[in-house]
Amino acid sequence: MKSELRDHGEVRIIKLSGKITIGTGDVKLRELITEALDQNRSKLLLDLGAVSAIDSSGIGEMVACYTTVTKRQGQLKLLHLSPKINDILQVTQLITVFDVFEDEGEALASFS
Amino acid sequence: MAVPAPLRSHLILSSRFENIEVAERVLLDLCQRASCEGEDQYWLVTALREALANAIRHGNQQDPSRKIRVDMGIDDDHVTIRVEDEGRGFDPAGVPDPTSPENLLRPSGRGIFYMRQFMNRVDFQQAPGGGTAVVMERRLRRPARSASNEE
Repeated sequence: MKSELRDHGEVRIIKLSGKITIGTGDVKLRELITEALDQNRSKLLLDLGAVSAIDSSGIGEMVACYTTVTKRQGQLKLLHLSPKINDILQVTQLITVFDVFEDEGEALASFS
Repeated sequence: MAVPAPLRSHLILSSRFENIEVAERVLLDLCQRASCEGEDQYWLVTALREALANAIRHGNQQDPSRKIRVDMGIDDDHVTIRVEDEGRGFDPAGVPDPTSPENLLRPSGRGIFYMRQFMNRVDFQQAPGGGTAVVMERRLRRPARSASNEE
């Protein structure tokens, strides 16, 4: 998995690409979120538009990150879900947990 | 007239997460040779990865000296995948429903749920050595192209 970071005001946009899967992608995701929180960045937007696959470990890590960020009074939101990742979030019912956006401008405006 | 042979593959892997990539490449090769693509191919790979991750992490406790045996086969209209570990076995009925509200924010416990969503049949059996063998089948949306060779 690869990542690109971009800060827009108080929001950190983390653009991910490749696989968020066990052993590599899930660990990297945790490190990116920890790094942002350590830098007092707690408004986070995960851009998943270039993610080709996410397994249950990757989904689990995303949930763990959501919980960690929320406990720190932050917000973690998702941008650009592919149809298959959308399917996965639907069947796991995690679509009810995450705020999901198709438009970056709308996503940025939603952070309070 | 010769009956087309099914496509088959058998792998023995050490319990390392990077070997999931090896098994995925073999499955993708079988799929390509059978013209099994798109949604079918994507969800087959997803289910295979989950079965292997469970076998490596929970079954074999990430002990590289323990082996994972993988059998994959594509017949005319369905794909069968069997993944066997050398662990102590487990009761799948004891895994809580990850979609229950109280479990929704748990960071783990979705692997078997994943497999059951994407495959038509998922059975857990006791392997001859006492470990777990998971057998999964998926009916293809479009029958695979007949294969003329066998591995």
